[in-house]
Amino acid sequence: MTNLTAEKYREEAIRGINDPVLQKALADLQMRLGRGAEEAYRNLPEGPGLRRKAHEIRMKAVLNLDSLLERLSEKIRSRGGHVFFAKDAHEAVKYCLDTAKRNNVRLAVKGKSMLSEEIGLNDAFAAAGIEVAETDLGEYIIQLAGERPSHIIAPAIHKTRNEIGLLFSEKLGIPFTTDPGTLTKAARKALREKFLSAQMGITGCNIACAETGHITVVSNEGNIRMSSTLPKVHVALMGMERITERLSDHDILFRLLSRGAAAQKMAGYVSYIGGPRPADQADGPDEFHLVIIDNGRAKILADEEFREMLCCIRCGACLNMCPVYGKIGGHAYGYAYSGPVGAVVTPLLKGINRAKDLCLGETLCGACRDACPVDIDLPRMLLLLRSKLADGDLKWDVRRENPAEKIMYGMWSGIVSRRWTYDVMLGLSRKVLKPFAGKDGMISSLPLFMKGWTGSRDMKPLAKESFISQWRKRENKKGNDER
Amino acid sequence: MERKVTLFIQCIIDGIYPEVGFAAVRIFEKLGINVECPSGQTCCGQPAFNSGYRKEARRAAEHFISIFSDAETIVCPSGSCVNMVRNHYPELFRDDAKMLERAKDIGSRTFELTEYLVDVLKVEDLGARYEGRITYHDSCHLIRGIGVIEQPRKLIRKIRGAELIEMKDSDRCCGFGGAFSVKYPEISAAILEDKIGNIITSGAETVTGCDMGCLMNIQGLLSRKRLPVRALHIAQLLGGQWK
Repeated sequence: MTNLTAEKYREEAIRGINDPVLQKALADLQMRLGRGAEEAYRNLPEGPGLRRKAHEIRMKAVLNLDSLLERLSEKIRSRGGHVFFAKDAHEAVKYCLDTAKRNNVRLAVKGKSMLSEEIGLNDAFAAAGIEVAETDLGEYIIQLAGERPSHIIAPAIHKTRNEIGLLFSEKLGIPFTTDPGTLTKAARKALREKFLSAQMGITGCNIACAETGHITVVSNEGNIRMSSTLPKVHVALMGMERITERLSDHDILFRLLSRGAAAQKMAGYVSYIGGPRPADQADGPDEFHLVIIDNGRAKILADEEFREMLCCIRCGACLNMCPVYGKIGGHAYGYAYSGPVGAVVTPLLKGINRAKDLCLGETLCGACRDACPVDIDLPRMLLLLRSKLADGDLKWDVRRENPAEKIMYGMWSGIVSRRWTYDVMLGLSRKVLKPFAGKDGMISSLPLFMKGWTGSRDMKPLAKESFISQWRKRENKKGNDER
Repeated sequence: MERKVTLFIQCIIDGIYPEVGFAAVRIFEKLGINVECPSGQTCCGQPAFNSGYRKEARRAAEHFISIFSDAETIVCPSGSCVNMVRNHYPELFRDDAKMLERAKDIGSRTFELTEYLVDVLKVEDLGARYEGRITYHDSCHLIRGIGVIEQPRKLIRKIRGAELIEMKDSDRCCGFGGAFSVKYPEISAAILEDKIGNIITSGAETVTGCDMGCLMNIQGLLSRKRLPVRALHIAQLLGGQWK
């Protein structure tokens, strides 16, 4: 299973902030895709309100997963496909490995799948001596470099043309160039060889449909189409929540997905896959396996306050608008999912205490909510995760993260419940802060926890007299004058 | 019937920027509207709520509700506090039907300053004068929390001598985020650097907004960098007597 490194959030965040190449890449990405998606939603014939409709479609499906998944698997099985329900990452990986071994697979080609990252598929295959070749250009670059994706749909955004040129000349033996066209052609040539020699293709699933019994997968490079049709075995990994009832729902969801993910009207390639190659057809795999994975999702489903998270279609739109992601990049989130979606889903999947920095290290600005094509209220859930950290939670097995802070807020709540105690606190704070003020009247250095503020910016000290105190005097004076 | 508003003063204004509160008072005096300000008010509870301490936030909210229960119209020169009362109080009291009703009721009577001036009073020209170019920062809780976008702009455009210049990404967070700014200062400062860059690039000499939390953050870095840009609350521009 992929290791969670969210404990290093802060350290990795600072590394990202200090990387000028990453900073430029993130700024460009957010400007292009984030603002582009905003514009694309505005230009929808139904208007941005379609996001709400999509939310309802998703929620309805999430609430009926049992019957929808049953209908999907029946249809796929009736066409000769295999369906396996995996309880966790271990079961899912084992099923994929067994299938590979049974078919003597030595090379598998993989279309981009975040879920395969989540369950740690590549490492398990590598350990079994089976090569997994990433076929999405970005993922391919990352794999050659031995790195991890930093964005859900643009996994290599942290790499420059120059870096990729060097990487390709080293690993693919081509003359060094920074020309994107030449580099892409080199990757294409190398990947074509993989596609033609692989015995297994692995893809994800964007959304499945119960009515028709198929999965829908999109890409912009055609690599998923090749991964799912050229090798004789196709394995599709699907989060158990990725389904809707009707085909007509797919129209709405894919229009929104493409807009949210890439500011496109529709992705370049849309594949509808419902089973292996039929007997009377020439193309397609001999075997089709759909692996439907729980891996913590049922627990999210069981909690009505977090259930909304299962509406997510992993488009990455929230990353493209988030000011925090825009500065720290994807690696800081320490797991398959980065950005605001990662900040909510990773704690839920991997433990709220372990991923506490993901819950707390956000500004709650709400841009992610507006960016979401299915209108998920991520800030609401971030606040809820924080409340679990503050007070502990049995259901989610959370221990109180900061008992000292709890005591401090307890005292604070007593102080703010009466004005006179509040005035005493204001008076004390004023006295404590006053000596720190410089000649210009601003405070530029404070000790202890306030160093966080003054490390990078100044602070105005407390006023000589609070507004309320001045107001009180003014009203008294007025009263006296009137008398 | 004589109009009367009850002022709800953000704790940051109360403690650090009282002049902003008095600027708001002057606006209403100019309009001939009576101003009341309950002197028992403290804080709406937002700091505790945002940090996850809901029980503690509820206690602050109960105090707020008891203090403002008789007020007909509550006006606050801070968007995030209005967002707290209007949008988060119902969440805090969702298991307490009686308090929930009171919370919703008080939320419906609570307005952000510019929202109240433009949407309720239908006033845009306050006869204010301010020389210079002004850029407006859209605080997150105003734009995405309570949907205040055009109201402040309408008011600024009517200020004599002033020119409103839009900065790039005015709707992007300034990196404040309350306790976030102290707990994750490196991230907060990195976001703030971009905001300051956009303010400077706009060419404005003054940056304004409707939330002192953001403006305190912005002023903090302007001051640290010794940049010749003022950060003033919109009430100060409209009510005059800024310094």
